[in-house]
Amino acid sequence: MLDLGMGVALESERALFPLHAEELVLEVRGKRLIDRLSLTVAEGALQVILGPNGAGKSLCLRLLHGLLRPTAGRVLWGGRPADAGLRRRQAMVFQRPVLLRRSVAANIRYALGLRALSRGERRERLESLLALANLQELAGQPARRLSGGEQQRLALARALALAPEILFLDEPTASLDPAATLAIEALIREAHRAGTTVVLVTHDLGQARRLAGEVAFLYRGRVAESAPAGRFFEAPASAEARAFLAGRLVV
Amino acid sequence: MQDFAESLALAWRLILAGDADLWAIVALSLQVSLSAVVLACLIGLPLGAVVGAFRFPGRGLLGVVFNALMGLPPVVVGLVLYLLLSRAGPLGELGLLYTPTAMVLAQTVLVTPIVAALCRQVVEDLHLEYDEQLRSLGVGPLATLATLLWDARYSLLTAALAGFGRAIAEVGAVIIVGGNINHVTRVMTTTIALETSKGNLALALALGLILIGLALIVNGAVMALRHTARGAAYA
Repeated sequence: MLDLGMGVALESERALFPLHAEELVLEVRGKRLIDRLSLTVAEGALQVILGPNGAGKSLCLRLLHGLLRPTAGRVLWGGRPADAGLRRRQAMVFQRPVLLRRSVAANIRYALGLRALSRGERRERLESLLALANLQELAGQPARRLSGGEQQRLALARALALAPEILFLDEPTASLDPAATLAIEALIREAHRAGTTVVLVTHDLGQARRLAGEVAFLYRGRVAESAPAGRFFEAPASAEARAFLAGRLVV
Repeated sequence: MQDFAESLALAWRLILAGDADLWAIVALSLQVSLSAVVLACLIGLPLGAVVGAFRFPGRGLLGVVFNALMGLPPVVVGLVLYLLLSRAGPLGELGLLYTPTAMVLAQTVLVTPIVAALCRQVVEDLHLEYDEQLRSLGVGPLATLATLLWDARYSLLTAALAGFGRAIAEVGAVIIVGGNINHVTRVMTTTIALETSKGNLALALALGLILIGLALIVNGAVMALRHTARGAAYA
């Protein structure tokens, strides 16, 4: 019995990192959208996936998160393929938030309900998440009546309710104004500081400069360059990245 | 014309006086049709949700079948059920023919496809929107169904009301399996059919007025639901 218990504990605590995408290929109707993409995300990283529209950034994120199955290649977590238990340790925020047709608080409660928590813990977490996202005043409002920025803050708070070890974000501020964008970025920084590994897709250079620890630059379905943020912005090695940073790159 | 005016006046008096026979008929109608709608929802909502949310072989065909069955002629349902329930039929043992239970069964058969077809449509649309998010959250199939059904609650209530509208106004099925027996299986529609042919226009008209009133209430409820749902952006 004891052995079994230990085994289960070890299984659920298996190492997630490094997260490694190995020669990923995604073909849809004969068209190659992701072309032998390789990428490694280290534990605690704030990994930005940067690139022009149509480079395959969102597809790459979905492949990593497991929402899409690659045509070829594989995603390895700590050296092993993903399994059912891994799903519970990740979360994702989409470009357009998908909010349930319920109140703000009920949206967060829904995610909390997916975790084994006591009633007291659940209430406590709900309060702290509402406070974190600055949504206490709106807790009882229908979620889909919120403004765009509020909706995305809620989506992010709901993702954090899962206490993920890794958080995927797909252009979370693409349709937000500067103030709402800064609020989202502050939340992302906060989550990262608390120990969550972050993988953020963006085409916004300013956002990449503000947040990135590591940058992977995607172009035509491949990683054209991967480097620490400082080096990437100071001295990009690839011609594609140099062109993009100079505002000259088109797909 | 004189006759009509007289009958109408008499009908109003029946309604206002709270005529016992009249209200017994109304009560049985409501009881039968509401029971049928509840049963139809218990069957049709999960069925429609499964077909709307999951991909499996034969899924498209099921959708077509639901839609086709929505227009099922009540007399045919009545006839088939009559054959099943009659003394010589396979379910004759149960002795259900000419009982309110048989009428509930008949209307359940009529309403279930309506609820299932409308539910399938609503859930399919919602699933398109929720699918990635729910998979990302790691929500299992059963919880996914429950989530979709709950989040579609306003539209599904509308579907149930549509089913009730069909059941309460239907005459062909209940007259065959119910038999329109006084004080036992007489409902509004069967009474109207019978009393009209007997020339008892007052009772028929009174029931007709109540049926129209119910139709107005049901449609009012549908509009109110839509308004509430839109107000909260839950539509």
